[in-house]
Amino acid sequence: MTTTEAPVAGPGRRPTAPGRRRRRPRFNSAYLFIAPSVILIAVFIAEPIAQSGWMSLHNWTIGEATHKFVGFANYTALFHDSRFWNALRVTVAYTVVVSVGQVLLGLAVAARLRKTTWYSALLRSAYFFPYIASLVVVGIIWKFLLDPQVGLVNAWLGDIGISAPDWLQSTTLALPTVIVIGIWKNVGFAMIVLLASMQQVPAFLYEAATLDGANAWQRFRYVTLPALRPALLFTSVIATITGLQLFDLVFAMTSGGPIFHTESVVMYLYEQGFVNFQMGYASAIAWVLFLIILVISAVQLRVARYRDAD
Amino acid sequence: MPTETITRFSDVADTPPSAAAPALLSRRVGRLLGQLAAALSWLVVIVGALAMVIPFLWMLGVAFRTSSDLYADPARILPDQWTLHGVRAVLDQLPFARLIVNTFAFAGGATILMLLFDSMTAFALARLRFPGRNVVFVLILATLMVPFQVTLVPVFLTLFHLGWLNSYQGLIIPRATSALGIFLLRQFFLRLPFELDDAAHIDGAGNFTVYWRIIVPNAKPALASLFIIQFAALWNDFLWPLVVSNNVNMQTLPAALTIFSSQSGIDHAALMAGAAISLTPLAIAFLLLQRFFVQGVAASGIK
Repeated sequence: MTTTEAPVAGPGRRPTAPGRRRRRPRFNSAYLFIAPSVILIAVFIAEPIAQSGWMSLHNWTIGEATHKFVGFANYTALFHDSRFWNALRVTVAYTVVVSVGQVLLGLAVAARLRKTTWYSALLRSAYFFPYIASLVVVGIIWKFLLDPQVGLVNAWLGDIGISAPDWLQSTTLALPTVIVIGIWKNVGFAMIVLLASMQQVPAFLYEAATLDGANAWQRFRYVTLPALRPALLFTSVIATITGLQLFDLVFAMTSGGPIFHTESVVMYLYEQGFVNFQMGYASAIAWVLFLIILVISAVQLRVARYRDAD
Repeated sequence: MPTETITRFSDVADTPPSAAAPALLSRRVGRLLGQLAAALSWLVVIVGALAMVIPFLWMLGVAFRTSSDLYADPARILPDQWTLHGVRAVLDQLPFARLIVNTFAFAGGATILMLLFDSMTAFALARLRFPGRNVVFVLILATLMVPFQVTLVPVFLTLFHLGWLNSYQGLIIPRATSALGIFLLRQFFLRLPFELDDAAHIDGAGNFTVYWRIIVPNAKPALASLFIIQFAALWNDFLWPLVVSNNVNMQTLPAALTIFSSQSGIDHAALMAGAAISLTPLAIAFLLLQRFFVQGVAASGIK
């Protein structure tokens, strides 16, 4: 703790210049700097989190003067609500397949486009472009691309002699179709994150592996892949969290249909909260979603740490 | 270990040329197979890239195409005859200029305020000392773990009681700070050398001068990346504006387009023209500022 200590990164670790800070300032201006964000977070994030938990314990319908305390009745009702279980099944199926699909395809594309040339830069942009478009625009475009009368997909399949189904109206095909679109939309994200990480791998490692006689697959398996582990974890966790919050895409493509076959948890929450105005019940759904996200993320991080310990 | 290396080395050195000939042949076959696999993988990657782009080309085609042309030959990507009928129809059927203004005001306003407030907070957390600093930081981080759907219902009620539903302040103010933005900027600010602050303080600069004249200018690339990804995220945001605004004059493009698309007897050209127009600003920004997009997304995973 001397003033000659080297200034290392870290808040408050800097050496004090001689002669300064003798007198304690009466008011620390740091509080002015944090005030706007802290107030906004308190009012629009922290307090609402607590209020949401409180509301989930009430029979809270908008417009009523008093709200009856019901304990955990909303949660037990949710536990017996088959529409909620259906939404959860849809959401988990979407999340698992889309996360795995986007990470594997993103990895394959990134490995192919690792070296920067004009054509690989062009191809990267093509893969990344759907990611910057809104889910709503993507949902609307695909809804009509898959339309049996005017859509390109069925027209092209018809040209090669396949009579294609009405994808989004079929109870068996609607969810798989939405899943494929989800992967299509997000491959670019996984590719970009994995590419950024791949380009950190020092070139001499590849040269050394080549000298040792490693072929392209072995270089990928034993040099690239181990270096990518943090990036793979990051993409999987982000993909899982955003997947579990599925809303925009199904809202725009199917509105949850046909007969709830693509209804997600957040869609059901929206329906209960902002269509039926059952706000206590909607809050309970939100808290269950939160717990699911928390548990799954914790498991992912734990598995990653366990593997790293090997 | 040393002996092993030596034997290996001598193996290579002592291999007679005649013994290497069959190995060379099989190596040539292997290389041919490898080239074939590489060509195949390039083909797959190119077909995949086309699958990424064609839906957007088709969207443009339908936007500038008559309905009869579309029904006559849906297998074609681009129209036979180009028409502006779709663009005119969407301008007629939706208050489109208003929607564009709303979306710009919401995404732009909230992003600018967020950059200002988040950078101020990140500056205090990274470069200043004050009692309670770590508590504040941990509490901000903790809110990151909670999905925003948890806060949606209570925030809706708060806006309802304030009379802020269907208003710009209702759309913008709750989005004017972001815990993730604070976290990312704090990480960036910690990497700037602390001698900068000390030198400025010795010259008599106060905290605000250090923040505005030293930290902010040095953080321009990080701020630019954060601006672009946050602007894009809000421009594309759907659930939040949908909940805050139910009046079409206060809606943003994604919500208005979705409601428009679910009407029966929809005019395809009008809808695709609307989708194309709502995509245009981000597409242009992406083409011009791709580097910042990529850095921002790789750092944060924001969408």
